[in-house]
Amino acid sequence: MQALQSVNEFVIKFANVNGTGSASANNLFAKAIFRMGLPVCPKNIFPSNIQGLPTWYEVRVSERGYLGRRGGVDIMLSVNPQSMPQDIQEVEPGGYFIYDNTKPLDLRLIRSDVNIFGIPLTRMCNEEYEDPRQRQLFRNVIYVGALAALLDMDFAVLTGLVEDQFKGKDKLILPNIHALELGYQYAQKHFECPIGIRVRTADKVGDNILLDGNTALGLGAIYGGATVAAWYPITPSTSVVDAFDRYAKRLRIDPGTGRKNYAILQAEDELAAIGMVVGASWNGARAFTATSGPGLSLMSEFLGLAYFAEIPTVLFDVQRAGPSTGMPTRTQQSDVLSAAYASHGDTKQVLLFPSTPKECFDFGALSFDLAERLQTPIILMTDLDLGMNDNMSPPLTWDDTRRYDRGKVLNAEQLEEMERYGRYLDVDGDGICYRTIPGTHPQKGAFFTRGTSRDEYAVYTEKGEEYEKNMHRLMAKWETIKEWVPRPLETTSEQPTDTAILFFGTSEESSMEARDYLAEDGVPLNAMRVRAFPFNDEVESFLARHERVFIIEQNRDAQLRTLLMAEFELGPDKLKSVLCFDGNPISARNIRKQILQQMPGYNVTPLRRERLVAGAENRS
Amino acid sequence: MSYQLPKFRHPDLPVNALGYTRAEYEGAISTLCAGCGHDSISGAIVRACHELALEPHKIAKLSGIGCSSKAPTYFLGKSHGFNSVHGRMPSVVSGANMANRDLLYLGVSGDGDTASIGMGQFAHAVRRNLNMVYIVMNNGCYGLTKGQDSATADAGSASKKGDPNPFSAIDLPGLALQLGATFVARSFSGDKGQLVPLIKAAISHRGFALIDVISPCVTFNNNPGSTKSYDFVREHAEATGTVDFVPMREEITASYAAGRTQDVTLHDGSVLHLEKLAPDLDPFDRVSAMVALQNHTALGQILTGLIYMDKDSRDLHDVMETSRRPLNSLVEEDLCPGDKVLANINASLR
Repeated sequence: MQALQSVNEFVIKFANVNGTGSASANNLFAKAIFRMGLPVCPKNIFPSNIQGLPTWYEVRVSERGYLGRRGGVDIMLSVNPQSMPQDIQEVEPGGYFIYDNTKPLDLRLIRSDVNIFGIPLTRMCNEEYEDPRQRQLFRNVIYVGALAALLDMDFAVLTGLVEDQFKGKDKLILPNIHALELGYQYAQKHFECPIGIRVRTADKVGDNILLDGNTALGLGAIYGGATVAAWYPITPSTSVVDAFDRYAKRLRIDPGTGRKNYAILQAEDELAAIGMVVGASWNGARAFTATSGPGLSLMSEFLGLAYFAEIPTVLFDVQRAGPSTGMPTRTQQSDVLSAAYASHGDTKQVLLFPSTPKECFDFGALSFDLAERLQTPIILMTDLDLGMNDNMSPPLTWDDTRRYDRGKVLNAEQLEEMERYGRYLDVDGDGICYRTIPGTHPQKGAFFTRGTSRDEYAVYTEKGEEYEKNMHRLMAKWETIKEWVPRPLETTSEQPTDTAILFFGTSEESSMEARDYLAEDGVPLNAMRVRAFPFNDEVESFLARHERVFIIEQNRDAQLRTLLMAEFELGPDKLKSVLCFDGNPISARNIRKQILQQMPGYNVTPLRRERLVAGAENRS
Repeated sequence: MSYQLPKFRHPDLPVNALGYTRAEYEGAISTLCAGCGHDSISGAIVRACHELALEPHKIAKLSGIGCSSKAPTYFLGKSHGFNSVHGRMPSVVSGANMANRDLLYLGVSGDGDTASIGMGQFAHAVRRNLNMVYIVMNNGCYGLTKGQDSATADAGSASKKGDPNPFSAIDLPGLALQLGATFVARSFSGDKGQLVPLIKAAISHRGFALIDVISPCVTFNNNPGSTKSYDFVREHAEATGTVDFVPMREEITASYAAGRTQDVTLHDGSVLHLEKLAPDLDPFDRVSAMVALQNHTALGQILTGLIYMDKDSRDLHDVMETSRRPLNSLVEEDLCPGDKVLANINASLR
């Protein structure tokens, strides 16, 4: 039988039962690879459950630096009998299946094209440990030890990590190292180590860090000067506020008084959470909330108020698979349209699309500057994949000379010199007016903030022409906003081409990897990563310059494509869709396949469209 | 109804400690129906703030949606106002209060805004003991949409449309007591003598202060058969006692009859002088207050006045141990830990 051979390029997947402590052992494995100087991308695929259901952890190891999902599994490590039939099917021909053979493998599952390794993990634990919890926990550590032997990993890196991890709880160090050794020795004794896939120490990670996007966002809020966080718990956004809380306790305690230079309110629901953010921002504090799809739906009324009354508002949307409760622990980029046009009436909301933890940090902090500068909600769109998985990222940096951009806020002296203050008076001609913070001046600057129509002096009016004037000004402001939001990033093909890919957020890594494959296939592609809505002019000219643009995104309805067509009044012929919405991050192989299928000459009509046409005929 | 507020003021109008006349505390001319109870409440707010010599720009007035929520336009024209979305004023005040603990937050709401669409937010603002005055202009009906029954309409009460309300009423003071409110009062828009000192006491109270003010809707709910009409409320109101509010800077000059009286010093040094009429009520005992409310309801009476007050109330900032400096006044030096800290964080992530 053929066995896959590879050094430093492979995908390994762990199949576990959730609630058994597997996450920290799997994380130990991924971090060891990272410390061996190899780019690594772990992805946690977990159920909406606390204990007892299947959970997976997929690790991409790539010396070449590909950090997205590749597709396919080279090594499957399965310790969950519940998912074994499915797990073994996923292995690539020539791949490896490592499993707990305390109970023998069902003969019907055996594949002749897969290398199978059995390690009696449960039996080893039962012999070694008395305590049931230890039996469960160390089982995971033992298989990491076995992998070290099978893949020829640097064992010292693993022991070093254990020592770091349990610093302060030193009596846990030796038992963990012992468990690693148990696995290592077993593999050495029973198998020919290493196998065809192995890891060799390299120097490919530079000064990168391994960090999840949600923690980066929480830190971004700390550095961006947020003082009020209001939220309602919802997966996968909860860890944003957890991180803010954790770092605030360390970094935001007033040294003189010991009191907190921040306030975190766990609201009764998402409506209240965004209401608190609007109230705090109206009153001059930097405030944010974090949520996911269902929360975004609930927040939409307040988002309309904040858009219309022009109140700085920061919202981090960590997207998950919808609609409704959908798949709460799986990833998608499917809130694009509902966020872009959130709330009733004519509204347009500013969206930011980070794609790395560093960008989560940078855009997270930037959100507060933009919200105050532009006096409108800033919705930062990340997703479960970026938010909850460790991602390799450039280190976080902060320019200590940077000052917060508080935007157009009048102080008491400026108000004093004013004849008459008009909250919605477009003095500068950029659509952005001057605001005042309550309590600034005894006689001047007070006005009534409202979601009803009003004139330039914030006085209630139902005059159609006043209302229309204000709505036009908001569109003028929209044009100004294009100059302030992050610009797209472009990559030009070495070979001239009229075909391009366009993507955002977490589709980046897989898209760029697919682009390399497609270049080898003879399909050179220019690429653009969109980083904000409204789309800057560069996006428009990029689309204009190409004959055919594949819009790659992780939802069913091609939401970014719809947004591009609507905003640029483009026809559907030019913009093609590459989609993935099964809840897993999109893979490079999947993108390559979908693009090839739609290239002229391949002559394959997408199935989806055929069905739709057939359906229409049936109805007529 | 007049269309313009006269600019003329008598030159000898009394000024308060800040040198302001009452006009400094007035707002735009009301567009509510002539005789609306809400306008009397606005007047009581103006009087209370003027007499307490509060700086108008240090007050924030916030509301939801409805006739009641329009009212903040008609008082305190020099204060910032926020007419938010229906039933969500408490969350906006919560955020605003977190941002700046030094302002006075005056929330104005209605019975629909509080007891129906905003019930959840009301309940949670109460239990967090958010430092604010929460005035419900309670008329038992939806005025702006032409008189539908609201959740505070008593069972059997009929509005102008004539159909008796079949559902039981939500009693906001009773609910607030159960939720842990630290200041609960009820009053009547037609009784400024009672309402003004109650508003003053609520302002001085540190924590959530509810005043449920029955405020008849002259257009849709002031007819015979309604339990929220002027006549019905006048006939059935039973005061817990009289309340006199003496601000910190003033001496107590009035002489009170000996007997069932009690002076209470509030956290800001003001004194509340209570003369009790209801013998069954101890307004500093939550259980007593709940019992008294239930007893009066059973007798078909409307208990008004100060119903309950926690003298040792700790507001949300106390509980959360937030900075004594308003959070909105903090700057980069207070907030941003700098690049060096970030370098350490990076190092821990390798």
